[in-house]
Amino acid sequence: MGRIMVSKKVTFSFNGKPVSDAVEPRLLLSDYLRGQLGATGSHVGCEHGVCGACTVKIDGLAIRSCLTLAVQVDGKSLETVESLSKDGELSPLQRAFQRHHALQCGFCTPGILMSFSELMNSNTVVGEEEIRDVLSGHLCRCTGYENIVRAVLSVFNGTQPKGPENGV
Amino acid sequence: MKPPLFDYVRPNDIGEVVNLLSESGSDARLLAGGQSLMAMLNMRLLHPSLIIDISGLPDHNFIRCENNVVEIGCATTQRQFQSWAELSDKLPLLSQALPWIGHPQTRNKGTVCGSVAHADPSAELPVCFAALEGVAVLYSSRGERLLGWDELQTGMLETACEPDEMIRAIQFPVSETGTGYAFGEVAYRHGDFAIVSMAVLSKPQKTRMVVGGISDKPKIFEWFPTKNSADLSEMLSELCGQTEIFGDHHATAFYRRSLFRSLGFRLVREASGWVE
Repeated sequence: MGRIMVSKKVTFSFNGKPVSDAVEPRLLLSDYLRGQLGATGSHVGCEHGVCGACTVKIDGLAIRSCLTLAVQVDGKSLETVESLSKDGELSPLQRAFQRHHALQCGFCTPGILMSFSELMNSNTVVGEEEIRDVLSGHLCRCTGYENIVRAVLSVFNGTQPKGPENGV
Repeated sequence: MKPPLFDYVRPNDIGEVVNLLSESGSDARLLAGGQSLMAMLNMRLLHPSLIIDISGLPDHNFIRCENNVVEIGCATTQRQFQSWAELSDKLPLLSQALPWIGHPQTRNKGTVCGSVAHADPSAELPVCFAALEGVAVLYSSRGERLLGWDELQTGMLETACEPDEMIRAIQFPVSETGTGYAFGEVAYRHGDFAIVSMAVLSKPQKTRMVVGGISDKPKIFEWFPTKNSADLSEMLSELCGQTEIFGDHHATAFYRRSLFRSLGFRLVREASGWVE
């Protein structure tokens, strides 16, 4: 073989900031994020769309970054887990995960957070059924799913305390 | 688990897409939602030299209903189709089937036409396409042609689409009054590949059952409706006995036969609106 494909220019918004870059056509978005952009919050698990660890948002929709080419983000708005906290303060969703012990090793968490951040921005009524439907697109191998459902429900029910908590 | 080398283009009009297809033929692959193609590339089951991205193809992201036919463009995602306000009214079978396709995160990108083009033997959309007797609008630099559901899918992951052709849109006839619809499937986990998927249309003079996951493509069964549970059960056992059903490492033929009967029994009753 020994072939090298010419890199393509891409311009897009990454967590609100403009980025211009050049990427090889076959480069996966998940690998681009971690290897080229240094945004290692998104994790790479199965690399064929099953586990959900690499889930990010493109134009507000949660998608698998391992089933997306980096070159496809051209002209789009890309958001990763790094976009959730503001000025070092966790988002309500992240705080709920902390409070309800919705993670243990945390490998699956960034993807799960991005899927639910899409749900939080939708104007639909969200109950346990919708939460479980979204969660069905993710695999968690340590905590089980109950605490994750509980955490997300607390955000939608408004039972999640507003400020950061001490001692948790 | 990294894709092989290929070049990538994102044409701005369909003329450019089909010109590239006729130049490259089977060496090129269309990328719509990529929810099957990208996984296959990651696993290096395919080695195309060119990827033609049609996910944002102008004028091809549409759902329109004219003359009792719903037409869906090749850039329309499953999510857009699922959120179409008229779905449950115009296509009740699809409104039952779409939630079974993968997960919200894959439906956000996966396309309606892409799933039909991919022609997985147990996938939901090809089963519905066959059940409703849909039509595919194929396009190439030679022009446009229409292919019916019975001509399009030729086998496992195979369609009658020529290497220089693309599915530009697919069409479903609008639901008819007096027809009942039911869709269901069995998978190890919701959103996984179905072991058996099934669509049933119940008309006054005909029951039509389409079964995915038992053969290289969806299989069609039709009979005169019965209103008796024992007769239905016997009918399903008989049809099942006459049918060659495959087994693999996911599920044995024996188990698929049992699903054929039990799922069939439940969905036929559901579609016909039987009340016990």
